[in-house]
Amino acid sequence: MENITTKCDLSKLDPVLAEYGSTPGSLITILQQTQDIYGYLPREALERISGETGTPIATILGVATFYAQFRLQPVGKYLIMLCQGTACHVNGSELISAAVTDELGIHDGETTEDGLFTLEHVACLGCCSLSPVMMINGKVYSTLTPDKAKQVLRGLKKEAEEGGAEE
Amino acid sequence: MKLLVGEGSCGLAAGAGAVYARLDKLLSENNPNQVQLGITGCIGMCFLEPIVDLYDDEGEVHRLVRLKEKDADLIYDAVCSKDFSLLDRIHISDDDAGFLEKQTRIALRDCGLIDPCNIDEYIARDGYAAIGKILKENWTQEQVIEQIDIAGLRGRGGAGFPTAFKWRAARDAEGDEKYLICNADEGDPGAFMDRAVIESDPHTLIEGMLIGAYSIGASTGIVYVRAEYPLAIVRLKQAIKDAEARGYLGDNIMGSDFSCHIIIKQGAGAFVCGEETALIESLQGSRGMPRLKPPFPAQAGFWYKPSNINNVETYANVPWILNHGGAAFAAMGTEESKGTKVFAVTGKIKRGGLVEIPMGKTLREVIFDIGGGIRDDKEFKAVQLGGPSGGCIPASKLDTVIDYKALGATGAIMGSGGMVVMDESTCMVGMAKFFLDFTANESCGKCVACRLGTKRMQEILGRIVDGKGEEGDIEKLEELCAAIKDDALCGLGQTAPNPVLTTIRYFRDEFEAHITDKKCPAGECRELITYYIDPEVCVGCTACARKCPVQAIHGEKKQTHAIDTDACIKCGNCKQTCRFGAVKVH
Repeated sequence: MENITTKCDLSKLDPVLAEYGSTPGSLITILQQTQDIYGYLPREALERISGETGTPIATILGVATFYAQFRLQPVGKYLIMLCQGTACHVNGSELISAAVTDELGIHDGETTEDGLFTLEHVACLGCCSLSPVMMINGKVYSTLTPDKAKQVLRGLKKEAEEGGAEE
Repeated sequence: MKLLVGEGSCGLAAGAGAVYARLDKLLSENNPNQVQLGITGCIGMCFLEPIVDLYDDEGEVHRLVRLKEKDADLIYDAVCSKDFSLLDRIHISDDDAGFLEKQTRIALRDCGLIDPCNIDEYIARDGYAAIGKILKENWTQEQVIEQIDIAGLRGRGGAGFPTAFKWRAARDAEGDEKYLICNADEGDPGAFMDRAVIESDPHTLIEGMLIGAYSIGASTGIVYVRAEYPLAIVRLKQAIKDAEARGYLGDNIMGSDFSCHIIIKQGAGAFVCGEETALIESLQGSRGMPRLKPPFPAQAGFWYKPSNINNVETYANVPWILNHGGAAFAAMGTEESKGTKVFAVTGKIKRGGLVEIPMGKTLREVIFDIGGGIRDDKEFKAVQLGGPSGGCIPASKLDTVIDYKALGATGAIMGSGGMVVMDESTCMVGMAKFFLDFTANESCGKCVACRLGTKRMQEILGRIVDGKGEEGDIEKLEELCAAIKDDALCGLGQTAPNPVLTTIRYFRDEFEAHITDKKCPAGECRELITYYIDPEVCVGCTACARKCPVQAIHGEKKQTHAIDTDACIKCGNCKQTCRFGAVKVH
């Protein structure tokens, strides 16, 4: 148990709770900022939020599981957000999804074993004219073909390997 | 001379940032002609991104398109030498320029012309003049609403409710505290008008909201914006700060008694939050589940106080209406539908982007005259309007005029303005399934009709595209559609069957081909198609065989190849790879 509770530094939540903890209706904002800090919503962070705000943990989990943005599991170094909008669908996003799965062996919501990539199908990213698109760590890759998508992923793999060697 | 780089999300995604950085570097090293470099928002010609507008000393605009980073050097040479003929290769063609010239821009009036991060550029184009006039001349709330009423402005978010009616209801509601809310949760997958407005002209949203807040007596404005639009959020935050610093926002605006603050709340990814009562629940930090109406938000909205909700495009029209008078707005459009509407035209179209036109134009004018028709000269099949609440309109209805009533009669809706164009290679059953997958996934689960109804429809559509459809499935779908329409709690649930109903109505034969003949006429449904190589076309280049992940393609070099259909997993790699179009589907 101790291992789990010491896994994340809960003091990072202090400024968030100080700013929003007592403002009614701020749960989503608090969760968004918590996710910005940890990359996901760790259980112990949710328990602390519950303790400090008096919101039952069930309510917090209810909100956290309702919205697509929130994740209860850590994500890989690269978060691939693959657009599932109408324009992307019409222009072949399914083939892109298959290419990512083919290259990395992961499906929607899964993370590679090395912890490098997480694949997430997302609602429209709003870049419809450049479809099909995917966004990786905030950068948009547009007018994808299966080959182009694979090349992007290979480039990132290489980048991670080289970065790892430097460390 | 001035260079403006189009830096909306689309432009940046296409590489505008690199073009800007290169220009910045070159100009900061040596800038003999004192060329100014700046940014602007979305010009709306997404198909030509990245775009740079060069304003020469004579005031002429040279629009440079589809730029690569290295083109920055060419532009730099041209502005230094003032020899603009250097730019011929990257200059916009007359055909493409027609895309903008055929539009009438009200909501998008500043987009692509001003720097969204510079309040002075907004002010220079009549910015904050409308709210200034109202405050200076002490207009009554009714005077303002009357102009909106004369304009005939209807909500641009989907339902098309008269804006003046909503504002009056919120104004007349009892309450010491009232809220004005902007719905910027553009959830329709295929629409991005609202994002473009916020990214390109955030002050028009602020001014529109101020006028709305003044009219209903609200002192707080809230913008509920999708978290998927990070750039829009950054620019809106900046704009709010700048407007506050100049006294256009905050306490005692422009020295008057009127005070209003605007805050931003980020959505967390739920389509249902586009429904106004679900949005309010989400603003309050809860699961975004719709409330039963009545009471309407005008009586009991945010924290059960009187609230008014409009979307971004609706507010963006408001300053223009007050500046030019409601009658000028009403002079455009049709009897039923006044003013202009912005559409995000995408899909299999040649010239995709933002199109703002007066109501009353036909779909054909938008798709063919402005949009240039179908890409690769394929056949037009259908256009999807209104996203998951809308429907697919076939070629036979292309001359339908764009107004609320005429579009409604086709079974689709005006919607928020997503317009996705499809060609002969798009399977309409697959399209119906795509939308049902979406609504079933996004259903909040509060009411049975939507939660279970969409799920059952999704299952039926799933088996039809998998070639396991049964006789009677179409009728079952129709029955479910009727039940969901009647019984769902919120507007999104009630309209969820629309994509299925319209595809059955106009493309019934395609459903029957899937169910009875086990064929997909568009050649898209994987379980119903077979890939083969046309021996007449194949040159034996071996490219497809090398790409096949299961070695199902055989043939000697320079000899015709063939696909072993038993081994084929129908991944489509070969079709993608073949440069000669020899891989075909039947």
